[in-house]
Order: sequence, then C-alpha cells, then structure tokens
Amino acid sequence: MTDPTPALRLEDIVKTFPGVRALDGVSFSVMPGEVHALMGENGAGKSTLMKVLGGILQPNEGRIIINEEPAVMSGPLDAKAKGIVFIHQELSLADELSVAENIYLGELPRKRFGLVDWPRLEEKTNAILGKLKVGFDARTRVGDLSIANQQMVEIARALTVDAKAVIFDEPTASLTDAEKVVLFDVIADLRAHGVGIIYISHRMEEIFKITDRISVLRDGQYRGTLNTAETNEEEVTQLMIGRKLDLSRNASHHELGDVALEVRNLSCGRLYHDVSFEVRRGEVLGFYGLVGAGRTEIAETLFGLRTPSAGQIRLDGQETRITSPADAIGKGISLVPEDRKTQGLVLGMNCRDNMTLPQVDDLTAGPFVADGAEIAIFDQYRDRLDIRTPGWKQQVGNLSGGNQQKIVIGKWLSMHPNVLIVDEPTRGIDVGSKSEIHKLVRDLAAQGYAVIVISSEMPEVLHVSDRIVAMYSGRIIRTFTSEEVTEDNLIQAISGIGEKVA
Amino acid sequence: MQPGALSTFLKRGAIWGFIVLELIFFTVAGEFLSLSEKAFMDVDNMLLLFKQSAPIGIIAMGMTIIMINGNIDLSVGAIYALSAVILLDSMTWPVFAGLGDWVIPVGWLLALLTGLVLGALNGLIVWKTGVDAFIVTLGAMLGYRGLVFMYNGEQPTSHLNWTLVDFAEAQVLGLHTATWFLLLVTAAIWFLMNRTVHGRNAYAIGNNREAAVNAGIRVGPHMMINFMIVGFLAALSAVVFYSESGSVNPNDGELYELWVITAVVLGGTKLTGGAGSILSTFGGVLAIQLLRKGLSHIGADTETVNLVIGLILIAVLFLDRQLNVKGKEELKI
Amino acid sequence: MSEMTRQQIGGLLARQGILVAFALFMIGFALANQRFIDPDNILGVIRSSAILGVMALGVTFVVISGNLDLSVGSMMSFSTIVVLDLHDKIGPALAIPAMFAMTLCLGAFIGFLVGYLKLNSLIVTLGMLSAIHGLTLTYSGGKNMDIADKEGTWFSIFGQGEALGIPVPILLFAALAAVLGIALAKTPFGRKVYAVGGNGTAATFSGIKRARVVFSCYVLSALCVAIAGLIQASRSLGSQNTVGQGMELEVLAAVILGGASLLGGSGTIFKTVIGVLILGFIQNGLLLVGLQFYVQYVVTWVIIILAVWLDIAAKRGKLWSPIA
Repeated sequence: MTDPTPALRLEDIVKTFPGVRALDGVSFSVMPGEVHALMGENGAGKSTLMKVLGGILQPNEGRIIINEEPAVMSGPLDAKAKGIVFIHQELSLADELSVAENIYLGELPRKRFGLVDWPRLEEKTNAILGKLKVGFDARTRVGDLSIANQQMVEIARALTVDAKAVIFDEPTASLTDAEKVVLFDVIADLRAHGVGIIYISHRMEEIFKITDRISVLRDGQYRGTLNTAETNEEEVTQLMIGRKLDLSRNASHHELGDVALEVRNLSCGRLYHDVSFEVRRGEVLGFYGLVGAGRTEIAETLFGLRTPSAGQIRLDGQETRITSPADAIGKGISLVPEDRKTQGLVLGMNCRDNMTLPQVDDLTAGPFVADGAEIAIFDQYRDRLDIRTPGWKQQVGNLSGGNQQKIVIGKWLSMHPNVLIVDEPTRGIDVGSKSEIHKLVRDLAAQGYAVIVISSEMPEVLHVSDRIVAMYSGRIIRTFTSEEVTEDNLIQAISGIGEKVA
Repeated sequence: MQPGALSTFLKRGAIWGFIVLELIFFTVAGEFLSLSEKAFMDVDNMLLLFKQSAPIGIIAMGMTIIMINGNIDLSVGAIYALSAVILLDSMTWPVFAGLGDWVIPVGWLLALLTGLVLGALNGLIVWKTGVDAFIVTLGAMLGYRGLVFMYNGEQPTSHLNWTLVDFAEAQVLGLHTATWFLLLVTAAIWFLMNRTVHGRNAYAIGNNREAAVNAGIRVGPHMMINFMIVGFLAALSAVVFYSESGSVNPNDGELYELWVITAVVLGGTKLTGGAGSILSTFGGVLAIQLLRKGLSHIGADTETVNLVIGLILIAVLFLDRQLNVKGKEELKI
Repeated sequence: MSEMTRQQIGGLLARQGILVAFALFMIGFALANQRFIDPDNILGVIRSSAILGVMALGVTFVVISGNLDLSVGSMMSFSTIVVLDLHDKIGPALAIPAMFAMTLCLGAFIGFLVGYLKLNSLIVTLGMLSAIHGLTLTYSGGKNMDIADKEGTWFSIFGQGEALGIPVPILLFAALAAVLGIALAKTPFGRKVYAVGGNGTAATFSGIKRARVVFSCYVLSALCVAIAGLIQASRSLGSQNTVGQGMELEVLAAVILGGASLLGGSGTIFKTVIGVLILGFIQNGLLLVGLQFYVQYVVTWVIIILAVWLDIAAKRGKLWSPIA
C-alpha cells in the first residue's frame, strides 16, 4: 500500500450482551483502495461488528478511527455522514418508491416549506446512475426492478456520499453470473477512487478473486489478517473454525436398502424442470446448488407445499400424489425446513409443544392432549440429540440456534419418517453443533432412514452424502457418486459451466 | 409493459371503472325501477352527491395517509363528535358574547384545535409507548366518546347560527361549500403526500420501516404529524357538517371509522401500509355515496346499502388477492 | 435494584398485572361504597356482563389464532332479531335451533373467507359488520321486534331464569367458559390454535391444516354469538335491531385487557373472563359512586392503554418505546 493512512481502523472493539462477549477485542484496518474480506462462521460476530460500525450498537470498549480521526457513530445516518456506507444483504429499499427517492431516502433535497426539490433530485440521481451504467432511470419504481438492479440502487446510495469505506454484506447471494461481473466492475471502480472496501462473503472463489487481504473472526475474537495472494482456502478455513476441517468423505459402509423415494421427470413451472432421482433406505442423498437453483422448491413439492406441473413421485414403488404437508406426513415424509425461525418453530411456544406439534392429534387421552406421553417424547429426543434446555417449559425462542435446530430435527425424528428431508441443516449454528448434526445425519442413514440433505455449503454436502445431485437453474446437471465427485467438478456443475441452459 | 404493470394499472384504475359501472347500472335500472321522473345522472343530483360525500370524504383523506404510514385510526368518529360539540357549544360561551358573528371563526378554531389535540394525543401515545395504533385508537374511540357524553350528558348540543347556515348552504360556481372543502382537502393532501418530504417519508415508513429508520428518517414525529392531520380533518369534517345542521347528538359519528376505512380500502390503499393513492380514495368515497344514492334511486331499501357495501368490500379484497396470486407455482401456505 | 430483579418484577407484573389491577379496583370501589361487595350486586354485575362475556370467549379463540372479528356485534343483533321473530312464527323450540343454524352459517362464511381464501380478517369482518347489519335491517324491515305473549313463554328462562339461586345467564357464561377454557388449554385443537396464531407458516410446515383451524375459530365465535343473542332475546323478549351495535369493540377491549396479543399466539380464556369482569365491575363501581355510565368509557380507555403498555414494556425491559 502506498498510502499509509488507513481509511478505517478498528482498535480493540469489545461488545458485550448479558452473558455473552459478542466481540472480544477486534482490531483491523482497511486501506484506501483496498478490498478487505471479513470472514467467519455464522455467529462469529460479523453482524455485531457491522452493527457497531453502523452506529446501531455502541461498543463497550475500543475505538473506531476514520482517516486518523476517532469517530463515534450515533446511528446509521451518522455513520453514513462520516463515510461508512453499507450495502445490505437484505435489501433495505422501499419498493413502492422511485429509484431516486430510494437513493436519497432520508435525505431528499428540499425546497422551501418542506417541498421536495424534484428537478435537483433527478439530476443528482441521473449523475450517479450514469456512473453505474445501469439500464433504468431515476423515476422507475424500485419494485419493478430485478434483484440485481435493486442492488445497484443500494450501491448508488453508497455513492451519494463521500464514502471512506463501503461494506458489502453477502452481495452476490442472489445475483446471476452476469450480474456478478457488473458488481465486481463497480467494486473495482470504487477501489480505483481510493475507497476502502470491506467484503463479507462465504464464497471462497469470490474472496480469492477480488480481495487484497482477509481478516478472520471466530467466536467474537479477531484471529488474524492474511494477504490473499499468499494464502489458500485451507488456511483461511482453519483460521475460521479453529481446527482442520474434517473433509473426509463418508460413503456408507453398510448395505443400502430398497428405493424409498423415486422421482421421475418432475417439473414445477419455472421453478425446476424435468428432475429425476431416487434415494434408498440407508442412503444420504445430497443436493448441492446455488440459492434459487430449485433445491428447496423440490423439497417443498415432496412435502405437499407445491403442486408439480408434471412428473411422478413414487414412495416404496407406489406412484403417489402428495397434496398437503399433512398428507406428506401421513405418507412418511418429514421436512426439516430451510428457515427454522419462520418455518420450523413457533418461537413463542415451549420446547415440548413444538416438538410434538405434528402428532398432537394422536397423543391424546380421551379428548385431551396426553401430557405424560408428550413429555416422554420430549425427554427421549432431548437425550438422544443432547438438546440443552432448562426444561420442556422453556420457550423455544430463548434457545441457541443449534438447540433450536435440534428441536426441529427431534420433532421430525419422533414421527419416524421413511424419508427425511433436511434443508440447510446447519445454517446459522455454531461449529460444535454443526458436527453433531452431521454425525446425526450419518447415524440416521446407518439406522436405515432414507435421508435427503440440501445444503449450500460444499464441505457439508461432501462430508455427509453418499451421492450428490448438482443443480443449476432448476435442472439437475449431474448426479455424482462419492467416488466421482471432486470439488472442482461439483463447482463446475452448479455454476452452469459447460452447460447450455435454455 | 413491465411485469406487474397490468395488475397495477387495473388496481389504480379499478375504482373509477367501478364508478362508471355504477353510473351505467343505476341510470339503466333507474329507467325501469325508479319511482321519480328524474334521471339519475341529473346535474343537481350529482352536485348533491359531492356535498353528501364531504363528511366521510374529508376524514377519508386523513385516514389514507394514516394507513399509508402503516397505522390505523379508529377514533375518528369520536373526534368528529367531540369537535362538533365544541364547535356548537363554544359559540354560546359568555366570554365570546360580545363578538357577534366573529364568534364563528373562534368556534371553528376551537373545534379544529380540539381535533388537532386529540389526534396529537393518539400520535404521542403510539409514538412513546409503542402500543399498536389499532389498540391505542380503539381505546381512544371509547375514551373520546366518553368525553362527548361527559360534556352534555345524553342531551343533544344545539346552536343554530343563521350566518353560519347561510355560509354552509352557499353555492360558489355551482358547488356547495362542503364540496369545496372536500376538493380543497383532497388537493392539499395529494400535494402533501406527493410533493413534500413529509409525505414521501410517510410512504417510505409504511413501505419498509426498517429501511426508513436506517436512512435516518424519524418515524415517531412523522406518525404523530399524520395523527394530528387526521384529527384535524375529522374536526374539519364536523365543522363543515354541523355549521349547517346546528345540532349534534352524543352518538353522532358512530361507525364513521368503518365507513371511512371502507372508502379507503375500496380506493386500494394497502392495510399493511406503503401503498395507496389519495385520488383513489376520493374515488372510493364517491363510489360509496353513489351506491347509497343509486340504491335509493332504484327504490331499494336504504337498509340494503349496508349489505351491498359490506359484500363489495369483501369482493374487492378477493379480487385484489386474485390479481396478486403468482399462479400455480405459489407455495401453498 | 439490579437489572435482573427489575426485569423479574416487570415480568411478574406483566403476567399477573391484570389480576393485581383487578384486586386494586375491587378494593377501591369497596371502600368507596359498601354496596359494591354486596353478593347481590356482584351477581348482578356478572349477570349483566354475561352477554359481552360469552361473545368474548369466542373472540378469544379468533384473536389467539391471529385474526380479528369485528362482526360479532352486528351478528348478535342478527341472532337476537331472528330468534325473536321466529319465536312467534314457529315457536321457541324450533326458533332456537333455526337461529343457531343461521348464525353458524354466517360464522362459517367468514371462516371460509379468512381461513380458506386467506383474506385479511380486519377487512372481511369489517365488511361483514356492515353486511350483517344490512341483513338484519332488511330482515326486520327496519322495525323493532317483540314477542307477542311475553308472559306465557318458557323462552324467558335463558335470560331471566334462575337455577340454584344463580341466574341462568351466569350459569351459561360459566359453563361455556369452563368448556372453552379446557378446550383451549388441554385439547389438540387448542394447541393448534396457539400454533397457527404464533406462527402460521411453521404450523403449516408441521402438517397443521391452518385453514381448518381458522375456520373452526370463526364457527366457534359464531356459536358464542348465537348463545349471547339467545340470552339477550330471552332477557328482553323484544329488541331493537341495533342491540349489538358497537359491542365488537367492547368485546375486543375485554380480550385485549385480558392480555391476548392482537398478533396472535397468546391469551387464555381465564384472562379474558378477568378482562370481561374488570369492564363490568368498573361500570358498576362508577355507577355506585354516582358517576354516569359513560365515565366508564374514559376509564376503559386509560386502562386498556396502560395494560397493553405495561405488558409490552415488561417484555422489552423498557418503559418508553424505541421509536425514534
């Protein structure tokens, strides 16, 4: 770096919540014109750090220094005024308003009497949009734009101030490859103008493609900064999880049973097309692909939440139609859904009631719910899954992510399904619980369950699966056996490389 | 055409299409069924329609901005009644005895101030306590109504001022005073919501509250201002109506909140906030009044109006949902 | 005081605050006027609260399932008018089941719209408030309804009768509260109502037929309305066709006062009964100390807002809202 003054420097930031040290002495700096990756497992403290930087939370200790001047951010607006700008993962746009109004949200140019100065607003907006070379104008309603273009609006918002540092939080999560190219161009442009960039992502290939340095957080602690050019994925991963990741394959050594579920030429509108696969008892079938590739939608179809437009589903050789979740449950299919907070759990209910919810109609003594039977089920799965909770009366919302996920898994195991579908089993939970859940999935297969695991994390899918279905853009590109699969050919398959997709 | 543009167009234009349908239906049906010789689309009849729309219409403009902002106000009927009581009673207060007709603007001012204060109280409670506006204004609906009764017991409050009646019954350029007020309020609120920073911020808050907060928009004051506006407009509506009628019963304005919300929803404003149009609300108000007049024109019982409007409201909701269904691919939740 | 104990006290207040408030009211009024705690007076209050109370029981189910019901007031007018009208036409023995059938049909219609068609419950029941009001007026031709022979009918038993020295409306209210309270707390159906209101999506993902649960709640609410209408008709043996007007909001006030969240997923029958009794005793107490009935409105306003405010303040651990 030629310029020795960091655009943004963090010194020993500490942030505590009752009972937790969410950030424990985090320090690193971002140079002007540098793209600096911030990595860490979910729960490592990245989002807390971002809230501190954005002035949403105040640190208990430590200093934030912008251009050699200590800064205290009182709120998002103040942070922005001081040159710290966020491009959020979850878009923070008002989609009924125009592009211009969104870019200058909270800072609409005024005339007298609180009137909006429309000509000036449009002029300023068009100047910024011109720089980004986008295909929409200031008056377009944001709700009418594609996700990628909405993200461009967010970026345009960042350009309205004299940004010292721009923070991208998982910006490529919902972008197509072509849209990513545009995004990376924008980042290159920002960097050429001497802006420091913090780039938060889980995607190693992007990190190694566009960043200069990588800082790693683990359990709220700063674990070091690496020069991207001098390191590799393994070293970063090791820093993130604190030990060498067990990437060993786990192909089943037991005999596989009969085909439990067979899917032939299944399609559902534009969501996925002509999908065929089968899963045997005792087998773990992995589904790997980007978000939006159609994996979750297939699971939802199998669970009766979507109506397929074509194709067949066979359970134990019998062709069947699954019309509702209740129907799916009756036919022995269970789904541990993608998002445990909105789909998996009733957060305001207690642990026991959540766990027995699908079978509450059957756990009865006369017209009443049989308390004893319910508690017996809860105790059984609490012990089996090692769920840590003060008791069954605890509200699920008060448990940690890992324990919440185990409640959901327990809920479905207690239904003794023939086919267990697990969608993103370890999203947002800590490393310890993660490997427990991986082991559990393997154990279930060994006990003769047919298991489908859907995951966006390659190590996970490689680790637990006997076979892996690679999906891209609503189609199955290839089904790998554990002997055939390598990281390279898996990545190629799910990125659509070498495939003609209509 | 961009995706979604068709349904947006249908939704924006729907209320006017509905009004045209009503006009055609009642004109044609009136030829066969009407007891009177007059045509339905008679000029005087239409002028009267505007005038009769005014009390609900003026409040509906305020309710629209409250709902765009993501809130609701159930206390408008009670505010309307209390402001009316203040209006009529204050003109008889001995302090103002020497003012002659100058007591009129004073009475108006006091009534409007009443609405403003009651609205501000609602807004302040919503802002400072964080209790949902539905509950706050549900309570206020009872509480403010209680104040109306406490003022004069179960007796009506009456005061007829002929200067005032003349003013209220005047017609300028063919339009009644009440109609002028309705039009002016519509224009002013349209201007407020489309041309001022406050209005655009109110849309942003209703549309994506978190984004608005993160962009540094102060949600509380905007909400409070909107509650003050709706309170003011409820009072203005009372001023316009009671200047002419001169007598207010303590039960007056009951169920107004329901009529007003019906008009706003017919006009396409979303309950969840963030979307809605002042002009469409104007259409919603006219549509309801047209329905009332139309049904009586063709000789239906006035009672049927409630039935028809209730069912139309539900039908509109149903159609709106059908327009927004993404088709068979949708998750069955 | 440390933060923990403050939170604990806050939590305790939030959970039991409604009972504490109730006790304070009773003591206050009792000190102000001896007659307040006279058993006859207490029975009288409960008796006059029974109609509101029965309706509130049904609405509690609807609110816990995450919806609103603003149509119960006009529905109650409807069932009262219908049963009075049919009483003279086909006799009470047939009039009562006929009225129940018609009221349940209305409830089923609302349940279909909100449950199966997934329409917004506020607007649907607002529309139904108006529609049923219109229906009642059309049915009655805008006239009041009276039973011709007020002396010679056994129909008056539901509103005016007594058993074991206790007025029948109280017995009906108590029995219904007990049955529905147990149904909500102890049966699979009750569990599903909480799940659907707490998180409808998660309930669906757990195989619960959400539409059916919501539908059932509205039918149950209509059943309660029919019983309330029966009591009302039987008590007065004649009625205006606006007898239930405005009650939907009083009912909702009682349910909210009992601590049910409008977001759904929380509340109990017991708390609703307390909410109903508080409203009843406030009204009575204010009358006994010489204030008019409408003072009750103002007091209710203050109490509702205080109750909900303290409840959420205890949950967030802060008195004032974080709204900027």
